[in-house]
Amino acid sequence: MTSVPGSAPPTSPAGRHKPHATRSQRAAAERTMRTLRRRRLINRVMVGVMYLAALLAILPLILILFHLVREGASSLSLDFFIRMPAPVGEAGGGMANAIVGTLVLVGLASAIGLPVGIGAGLYLAEHRRSRLALVTRFLSDVLNGLPSIVMGIFAWQFLVRPMGGFSAYSAGVALGAMMIPLVTRSTEEMIRLVPVSLREAALALGFSRARTSLTIVLRTALPGIVTGSLVAVARIAGETAPLLFTAFGNQFWSIALDEPIDALPLRIFYYATSPYDDWRALAWAGALVLIGIVLVISIIARYATRARHGLGGD
Amino acid sequence: MALAETDRRLVRLTGRTASGPADPGKEETRVAVRGLNAFYGSTQVVRDVSVDFHAHEVTAVIGPSGCGKSTMLRCLNRMHETAPDTRVSGCVELDGRDIYGRDVSAISIRRHVGMVFQRPTPFPTMSIRDNVGAGLRVLPGGMPARGEVDVIVERALRSAALWDEVKDRLSDNATGLSGGQQQRLCIARALATSPRVLLLDEPTASLDPISTQAIEELVYELRREVTVVIVTHNMQQAARVSDRTAFMLSGELVEVAPSSVLFTNPGDARTEDYITGRFG
Repeated sequence: MTSVPGSAPPTSPAGRHKPHATRSQRAAAERTMRTLRRRRLINRVMVGVMYLAALLAILPLILILFHLVREGASSLSLDFFIRMPAPVGEAGGGMANAIVGTLVLVGLASAIGLPVGIGAGLYLAEHRRSRLALVTRFLSDVLNGLPSIVMGIFAWQFLVRPMGGFSAYSAGVALGAMMIPLVTRSTEEMIRLVPVSLREAALALGFSRARTSLTIVLRTALPGIVTGSLVAVARIAGETAPLLFTAFGNQFWSIALDEPIDALPLRIFYYATSPYDDWRALAWAGALVLIGIVLVISIIARYATRARHGLGGD
Repeated sequence: MALAETDRRLVRLTGRTASGPADPGKEETRVAVRGLNAFYGSTQVVRDVSVDFHAHEVTAVIGPSGCGKSTMLRCLNRMHETAPDTRVSGCVELDGRDIYGRDVSAISIRRHVGMVFQRPTPFPTMSIRDNVGAGLRVLPGGMPARGEVDVIVERALRSAALWDEVKDRLSDNATGLSGGQQQRLCIARALATSPRVLLLDEPTASLDPISTQAIEELVYELRREVTVVIVTHNMQQAARVSDRTAFMLSGELVEVAPSSVLFTNPGDARTEDYITGRFG
């Protein structure tokens, strides 16, 4: 039933109505038109399917945001950001300690995860096929797939127990360790986007290898590395499991690094599982703020990428 | 006078003696290649090449794809060894000094032997000014003062016939230039450190005809300042811009002769076959 349009005699739509067109020519034209109609139909159906798939992909995000705003917005006020948690039954109260605690933990984790991750990524990109690079790349993928609660147990065993108590340090180490593989792989990918010709141009100008890597290659890849790093930051900002055995949470104001510290995910976890309605409402607001923080970080990442020139990013 | 002062400083920095226009009666050998072999892994791509490149001349290197002409060029500033698993044997002398000598650093050689590649390679994070001045940052003794840099940048851009087009936007990003302008920028960048030799590896391969013509005219002019070796696929280009032409085939140097002679009356049958289009 398929007819190849090119093989048929001149059967253009215009020719079809000419009186001298034979019956077989008209039949061939009819077949061609039918084929075209069928193709157009299939095209429409497939485009529709893809729209649907795209919609399904973003639907969860839309639902989550919608639900969070509906449940959490009413509990959100200036007090939420500047007040401490209130005892049960008492109205008001906020999560100032948890918000600041989360920022402290993210800062600690970045101080560990970014230098190590970027350094390792640079090494992997520069020594692509060395044995150590192959092993590092593989282990970093394994580390990336490690359940975050395992990271928490690890930090508990090696930091919390020897130090004799929960601390912000141990949580920072756990989160930092989670950042390392993310930053390593994104840095490596971004550096590999820098063309070899650029590296050669620098070498040909008399740049040493170290200088080429640091001032030309790393600098060119910087916007992409910044983006990758901020994605990693956003990712660990919402981690809860590693904090259970490390930061532990704190009802009171504390930013001492060797004391238990509060964090938004923990506070959300405790409040959401509590039997009190006003606490559960605060948990929704906390979740909304957490997403807001991640969103702000993502926007900064985009902006930082746009503002500078260079490769990668976006 | 600022320029004279800068010249003296550059002489001090690069060890280059200021040299005037070529004396046409006297041939001075700038680079002498003797028995050069180059390998990628166990594959030999340059076989026992010996050739002289004369000061203030443009020497073109032609030959079919894969004949080793680019690799030979990359041996002249020790770029070949930057690729993994490569090896060089033989001798390349720059003004009588073996650049593969035991106590010679590749980095110092590359300051004296500039190179421009097939595709333009401006540093995308730098302005036009910083691109041209990039090589000055790594001179021994550090970056010259800002005023000196401006003088050197202007002179290099003038030498590369780009000054008039970019003088009002030196702080703009270099990636905003057209392909031909970018390539001339790369030439300016290579000239800024006053190299003794300039290596051009098919510098017009990725350019349109008008940009190609601009580069060719530039190359023709550059011989007054610097010794030029240009690798090209294009025989007409070799004939237009060069004083002498070397023909390579399968890693060997077949012959080298004044361009007017090589293209009209080649000494070797293989050269004749190639330039008359019988192969390659």
